[in-house]
Amino acid sequence: MPGRIQSIERAAAILRLLSGRTRRLAVAELAGELGLPKGTVYGILRTLQLVGFVEQDSESGKYQLGPALLHMGSSYLDGNELRTRALNWADGLAARSGESVRIGTLHENQVLIVHHVFRPDDSRQALEVGTLMPSHATALGKALLAHHLYIAAELAADALVSYTAATVTDVHSFRQELEMVAQRGWASELGELFQGSASIAAPIEDRRQVTVGAIGIAGPIERLCDNGRPRAELVNYVMEAARAVSRELGAIPW
Amino acid sequence: MDGRYIASVDQGTASSRCFVFDNGARIVSMAQQEHRQHFPRPGWVEHDPEEIWRHVLSVISVALQKAELSTGDLCALGIANQRETTVLWDRRTGAPVHNAINWQDTRTDRVCRELAREFGQDRFREKTGLPVTTYFSGPKVRWLLDHIPGLRERAENGEVLFGTMDSWLIWNMCGRHVTDVTNASRTLLMNIHTLEWDRDLLDVIGVPAAMLPEIRPSSEVYGETGSPLAGVPVASALGDQHAALVGQTCFEPGEAKCTFGTGSFLVLNTGPRPVVSNSGLLTTLAYKLDSTGAVYGLEGSIANTGALVQWFRDNIGLIGSAPEIETLALTVEDNGGCYFVPAFSGLFAPHWRSDARGVIAGLTSYINKGHLARAVLEATAWQTREVVDAMNADYGSNLSELKVDGGMTADNLLMQFLADVIGVPATRPIVSETVSLGAAYSAGLAVGFWPDIASLKHNWHKAAEWVPKMDPAERDRGYRKWKKAVSRAIDWLDDDDDD
Repeated sequence: MPGRIQSIERAAAILRLLSGRTRRLAVAELAGELGLPKGTVYGILRTLQLVGFVEQDSESGKYQLGPALLHMGSSYLDGNELRTRALNWADGLAARSGESVRIGTLHENQVLIVHHVFRPDDSRQALEVGTLMPSHATALGKALLAHHLYIAAELAADALVSYTAATVTDVHSFRQELEMVAQRGWASELGELFQGSASIAAPIEDRRQVTVGAIGIAGPIERLCDNGRPRAELVNYVMEAARAVSRELGAIPW
Repeated sequence: MDGRYIASVDQGTASSRCFVFDNGARIVSMAQQEHRQHFPRPGWVEHDPEEIWRHVLSVISVALQKAELSTGDLCALGIANQRETTVLWDRRTGAPVHNAINWQDTRTDRVCRELAREFGQDRFREKTGLPVTTYFSGPKVRWLLDHIPGLRERAENGEVLFGTMDSWLIWNMCGRHVTDVTNASRTLLMNIHTLEWDRDLLDVIGVPAAMLPEIRPSSEVYGETGSPLAGVPVASALGDQHAALVGQTCFEPGEAKCTFGTGSFLVLNTGPRPVVSNSGLLTTLAYKLDSTGAVYGLEGSIANTGALVQWFRDNIGLIGSAPEIETLALTVEDNGGCYFVPAFSGLFAPHWRSDARGVIAGLTSYINKGHLARAVLEATAWQTREVVDAMNADYGSNLSELKVDGGMTADNLLMQFLADVIGVPATRPIVSETVSLGAAYSAGLAVGFWPDIASLKHNWHKAAEWVPKMDPAERDRGYRKWKKAVSRAIDWLDDDDDD
């Protein structure tokens, strides 16, 4: 068996640091953490940048994980597999909440709907499986982006498209909202895509604690909200369903 | 009626499961345990009835535990079970005299051929709605009586009892020897018109009346559970496919459901009188709830649907999990002219050809793995189309909608293609565990947890609907090719082949 390759070990250490809490570090900070000369760290970063595993923020000059790496992680779970594993829990969420349920994954910065359960009122509805939704104007998108901040950064580089007066279009406020979403574990959207509609969603994690999808409900604001805030009971249902699917995928070992 | 929940046991071929439902028919809790499959010889399949009984007790306890409930929270317990699987046990000790002979077991092949010759397939069909095949229980009982020394005498003296899984479980729970009418309708021993054991059939198959359970409705309190789950009324029993019909609330004549699993089973409610099939379907009891009287059904059984996807995963290895078949199939636009007839052990409804074997037809150098994946999925839809055609012919009017359930309904591409080829919408209910729900419904009706079948209809909600989109000319062309492929699968076996 050949010996360990030092430069790969060092590259792995850099990636691990960049996936940590701070998520964006300068060459000097990385060099300090690793106890390596700045020149060595810079050389490794250049190579990682070329293969798309890291990228440099143009404003601050700091380094962060690149989209190629993130896509490798998030494409791990097949969308059809996710639907199959989530089926019973998505049905249960629709039955409890009385609203339609969707499960989404990130696809080229948008939300790809991989599963859709009708609102259980037997009104005419059409299956939306396979459609794409804007990620910054849906709860599903926010729940996903909060755990894939580098895709969020990419998205912010374009202008955030405005759909209604309530759509969050300011990059800074959007970042702040995603941080809050990451902290509390659920996302909401109130009239940001269509006037009068709202959605609530929570992330689904797999056994590596990687966010592979999000599950959520959507409906009119007056049913989903009380005094302009998502109803606590509905938020609970959504989070329970997300936890149940995550457990099904092995994220929680009980 | 103190409890707030209904539990139901789905004693299936691979595992036993327990679901707990609330009054809105929502799943509160679930537990599952697989049991061993015994294959003592090629074509033989057995289960250990004692192991199954232990697992049933355990899944009920675990399901209650998970929801932090006790038996006092249960209003009733219902049973749905794998059909036709046959258990014989000692009346005094309760010990099985042999492993259960599973419905898939083909050891009674020779007996069945003899019976068909002596008595005639037509007379069997006339009295029971069924052809004589290894599938059904009666010949399995005969085999055990013929092969275990002294057993026939003990059976004649009433010392040995026969039952399908429902009977075995109710015996162990309540100490009563009963079966429900849907399970009895799968034995070849019950007259489908009188709903009683048939003297002629018992004589010709050679089963002593003394060993038979009492035939009861699918929905009534058979007794109360003893320890360790003491005091819960056991209030329903149905064969799994019959339970699914109830779970889908197909209470009106002309309503049909299809459960897509390892095999697929389409059952059509035909109302209060049995409809004789001229198209290769089975005439069966749909259900007999206390309030409804006997309701009949036509059943189309397809042997190989989900099993083909599993085979594609395990034996061909192009996919790592069953759901990935859809991902692979979506890499191409269509089947490229390729058709897959999965007649691995012959074809069931509507053909009933045991001499058929699988074929892949229409291969050209253009075909890639994506086309094969399409052909695998489409096989399930085309087989369903054949059964739907047979239903329409036998029943004399056309299906307007097909209610679907089972694991394969998670496959969106398949469900769309199904709607396309059957030409009517396919709808999936919000509780896709229709077998367990049907057993819960029947039990709940028996104890007044739900007042009537109309109240159950209110719980049925559409969770998804696939509407036909395919151009009819394209569909007809595809169906023509499918039929050609089927004709190439038939008559494959020769007399000197081993199986």
